[in-house]
Amino acid sequence: MSTIAQKKGFGATLWDYLTTVDHKKIAHLYLIAGGFFFLVGGLEALFIRIQLLKPNNDFVSAGFFNEILTMHGTTMIFLAAMPLVFAFMNAIMPLQIGARDVAFPFLNALGFWLFLFGGIFLNLSWFMGGAPDAGWTSYASLSITSEGHGIDFYALGLQIAGLGTLIGGINFLVTIINMRAPGMTYMRMPMFTWTTFIVSALILFAFPPLTVGLFLMTFDRMFGANFFDAAMGGNTIIWEHFFWIFGHPEVYILILPAFGIFSEIFAIFSRKRLFGYSSMVFATVLIGFLGFMVWAHHMFTTGLGPIANSIFAVATMAIAVPTGIKIFNWLFTMWGGSIRFTTPMLWAIAFIPSFIMGGVTGVMLGSASQDYQYHDTYFVVAHFHYVIVGGVVFALFAGAHLYWPKMFGTMLNEFLGKITFVLFFVGFHMTFFIQHFLGLWGMPRRVFTYLPGQGFETSNVISSIGAFLMAAGVIVLLVNVVITSVKNEKVGNDPWEDGRTLEWALPSPPPYYNFKQLPLVRGLDAYWLEKMDGKKGMTPAEPIGDIHMPNNSFIPFTISLGLFIAAFGAMFHGDEGNTWGVPVLIFGLLFTLGSMFVRSIKDDHGYHIPKKELLDDKDLGGKA
Amino acid sequence: MHVEEKMTVEKWPASPEKQTLEAKNKFLGFWFFLGGETVLFASLFATYLALKDSVPRSDMYLAKDLFEIPLVFVMTMILLTSSLTSVYAMYHMKNFDFKKMQIWLGITVVLGLCFLGLEIYEFNHYVHEFGHTFTSSAFGSAFYTLVGFHGAHVAFGLLWITTLMIRNSKRGLNLYNAPKFYVASLYWHFIDVVWVFIFTVVYLMGMVG
Amino acid sequence: MKRLAKWRLVSLFALVSLILSACSGQPHLSTLQPAGEVAQKQYDLMVLSTVIMLAVMAVVAVIFVVVLVKFRRKDDKIPKQVEGNHALEIIWTVIPILLILIISVPTVVSIFKFADVDAMERKNEDGTVDATVVNVRASLYWWEFEYPNEGIVTSQELVVPTDEKVYFNLIASDVKHSFWIPAVGGKMDNNTENVNKFWLEFDSEHVDPNELFQGRCAELCGPSHALMDFKAKALPRAEYDQWVSDMKNVEEAEVATTDLAQQGQEIFNQSCIGCHAVTPSNGTPAEARLAPNLTNFGERSIIAGYLENNEENLKDWLKDPETFKPGNKMTDTYGKLTPEQLDALTAYLMGLKVQD
Repeated sequence: MSTIAQKKGFGATLWDYLTTVDHKKIAHLYLIAGGFFFLVGGLEALFIRIQLLKPNNDFVSAGFFNEILTMHGTTMIFLAAMPLVFAFMNAIMPLQIGARDVAFPFLNALGFWLFLFGGIFLNLSWFMGGAPDAGWTSYASLSITSEGHGIDFYALGLQIAGLGTLIGGINFLVTIINMRAPGMTYMRMPMFTWTTFIVSALILFAFPPLTVGLFLMTFDRMFGANFFDAAMGGNTIIWEHFFWIFGHPEVYILILPAFGIFSEIFAIFSRKRLFGYSSMVFATVLIGFLGFMVWAHHMFTTGLGPIANSIFAVATMAIAVPTGIKIFNWLFTMWGGSIRFTTPMLWAIAFIPSFIMGGVTGVMLGSASQDYQYHDTYFVVAHFHYVIVGGVVFALFAGAHLYWPKMFGTMLNEFLGKITFVLFFVGFHMTFFIQHFLGLWGMPRRVFTYLPGQGFETSNVISSIGAFLMAAGVIVLLVNVVITSVKNEKVGNDPWEDGRTLEWALPSPPPYYNFKQLPLVRGLDAYWLEKMDGKKGMTPAEPIGDIHMPNNSFIPFTISLGLFIAAFGAMFHGDEGNTWGVPVLIFGLLFTLGSMFVRSIKDDHGYHIPKKELLDDKDLGGKA
Repeated sequence: MHVEEKMTVEKWPASPEKQTLEAKNKFLGFWFFLGGETVLFASLFATYLALKDSVPRSDMYLAKDLFEIPLVFVMTMILLTSSLTSVYAMYHMKNFDFKKMQIWLGITVVLGLCFLGLEIYEFNHYVHEFGHTFTSSAFGSAFYTLVGFHGAHVAFGLLWITTLMIRNSKRGLNLYNAPKFYVASLYWHFIDVVWVFIFTVVYLMGMVG
Repeated sequence: MKRLAKWRLVSLFALVSLILSACSGQPHLSTLQPAGEVAQKQYDLMVLSTVIMLAVMAVVAVIFVVVLVKFRRKDDKIPKQVEGNHALEIIWTVIPILLILIISVPTVVSIFKFADVDAMERKNEDGTVDATVVNVRASLYWWEFEYPNEGIVTSQELVVPTDEKVYFNLIASDVKHSFWIPAVGGKMDNNTENVNKFWLEFDSEHVDPNELFQGRCAELCGPSHALMDFKAKALPRAEYDQWVSDMKNVEEAEVATTDLAQQGQEIFNQSCIGCHAVTPSNGTPAEARLAPNLTNFGERSIIAGYLENNEENLKDWLKDPETFKPGNKMTDTYGKLTPEQLDALTAYLMGLKVQD
């Protein structure tokens, strides 16, 4: 399929991607879109660091700075980290469980297009009168009084994107439960699949509260409701609760797949089975569960009272235990192993000390009476960048290098990869380590400037230089991607030579139907077991037969487009003299509903790849 | 067994909604979806409870002044009955009796429409008699959002079931559309369960103040 | 052996305090130079948890280094595939639980201690309250401090007695803010819908009479969030009482003494007094107090919360408040001021003093 695609013209390829329901292509889309938003968010970060380079700086105005910091956070979490994580889940998880596709290929595409349209909508705010400016948390009293349409873009854009994520979560849950290959029991699933599984469950239960919160905000701002208006009986604390009931699990939604990727990497490049696999699974489940019990630790200073604060403090610190289990398991995976220092492994190794830093400050923040000092200061900024950059972003870089051959059939340059690593790693610690102290010295977060003479100057300069080093690292990575794509040297099924799980048994990239014959899984690290037995590939679990495939569809695109259009109507209908708002809102919703209607009444049985074609096509079959 | 295959009573399996992998996926996925919906409604209930009777002026009407149990009781009975009729429909689906299934689904839709009509009447009553609107207070916003979300779900469910009935009216049951009918009825039950909670939390608890 | 371990622990503590004090920031501002009971307790907890965390990190670091040095790939041998080790796994489950418990106990104790505000409500037989209570009302972008038991109001510069608990009622009048005096203890939010209560204590031994404590808003509240600073002046009880009685003595707006200042007062009475009060009484309802109370403006150390109080800054601020505090509520509420008007207003405002 991939060779056919290359021969097609640009238009045909574009149409192919617009209508695709293949999880591997959707992964490409997520990677490209998420990568783009990652660059946008990074640019915003640089603006922040330039503004804070010196006291009383006027690089950007106060109001504009608030827009930048809001969009930096929102973009990085919702439009960069989430879709990039989804890219790897889509690309790898179905291969790891030995499936031909996800359970709902159509919904998979729908999830992507909803995310993309939501992201585009949110970022259009820059060109349409100003971006949201109340922080990525968008606390209600500020966000309902914020002028212009910035917060409207936030509420509607995230609503659309969030719907896509929810759909993705349900899809992965069903895929993992129903689509595993013969012999792939739960306790034989690779760690990355396990984390995908838990994360999908978290998404399912964490996103609806955000949906409700965003609805309330939309109703307040655009339709005259009074949920958050204290003068009308409203209560802004409701927003804080909903946001964090979503927001805290969201952090785990990002970090658990990162743990999964690192677990794969430690095992592969230490040539050793993951140490304490079952306790790793247990720890993942426990973290996911506890993730729902701790949201109020973001609200210790809100005034919930000492009893609530104590309960949430202890629950929060308890999360350190399963996380610690994981750290030691990774260390002991390497212990006694045979470590090869490839680029993915460098990221994984650097992750351990970086993430521990974030973890210990997490315990300090969880201890509520200390948190009264840390809350809303640069200490918090340092903490969450240590976990999200030191954990999630490191994992995304590691995953990009590790899975690039599986996704695109060619290897990223190792030398450039290591340069990226060094620049980014040094820049990261320079930027954020010193920020712990800035917070302790009395610098609040989200300040557009600071006054001279408070001892903040040098530290902020160091921090800003670090940010530029990180940017340099990212640029090297981009160069690497371009060079690699131009050279396009094809690699075999197991380019790292020590692949352990099913995806490495397939060609790089795998054929569009993944497995010609579903593999028989005989234990954890299925492919490794076969290799150790001297076999070249997996033992098939079925004879070659017709393969049922889903049809491509343009409807996911149109469903998402309708909501995108409706959002404009909802946003502008309240403006003075606006006459087109309500009609556009109704038109958009009908467009979406109509698309769903077409999907519902048009039978879609998919098609079959005939057995004969599979038999003829020796190269595509993989070794399964 | 091919999904489009023309079926007969003899060939019709015991669980027609779970015969193919696609159907099994749909079945499981829909349960997860309902899990998410449960959290959604739980959040709306929490909002409502937090803002119940939260009004800016003391002369405004509160829950205990607004609600009249007889009307809401009738609505509850109608919706509960419609849940029962959809069970009958699924019973006939499993027995490959397409015509009876269509009739019972038709009754379900009619009952759903009655419910919606009464709900619209009820809202209209609050607005005009009591000045209790979406924008009049936080209480009003929370009430109409919770009950309105449920109402929107009912409306969507009616559209869905009607679409399925019309789309399949000519060709009858097969293994492709049986799961579709099945999840639609699951959705209908879910809406019903949510209403039972609304009846209890909003109306009954509202009466006692 | 045991003694050695004890010594190590002591030296670790010493090291941590050394590191923290070497980079401890500025007095009257930094949380690492605590100047009150709350901040001190929070600082002690920081040290305790830092020590525990450093110990954990040391263990990890040792394993980490050994692994990286010893287990590099040297040949193509396949290492033994180890499933796990129950004894080890139990150790690294139980020890962290114990460490967390060690932090949890003082945490929970202090949470309850910091939340204990019963004394605020404790009334004497004659209905008076002994505790010092301050109502802190945060607005875009300024702070009002009302002393309900004394019946007086001031703004931007909080005045408190040292060495005793000062109780705060926190509320916001527009959007959410957060009240924070880093060196004395932090922090609690000013919500829009409810009053939050907590207490702080200011140690006299850490008070430098020439410097005031820096306070600030810690919750994003709009463009000028970064500039929503205030100062806290901690006085010995006697001086504090004197300040209170001086404030109470101002019953009517003081009449300016010089000609220039009198002109200024005229302008003030025409353009400013609608929002800015110059008498300290808390008789007007809180919602009607639209801007900082200026009764003792001439004695404050700051203008607009963060500018040094001198004539030049005052004129600049009055001329164009928007450049100094973007998004503030004073911009465009009055016409353009001529240099003469500025001189007059400045003379009047600088003369607003209660403690002569």
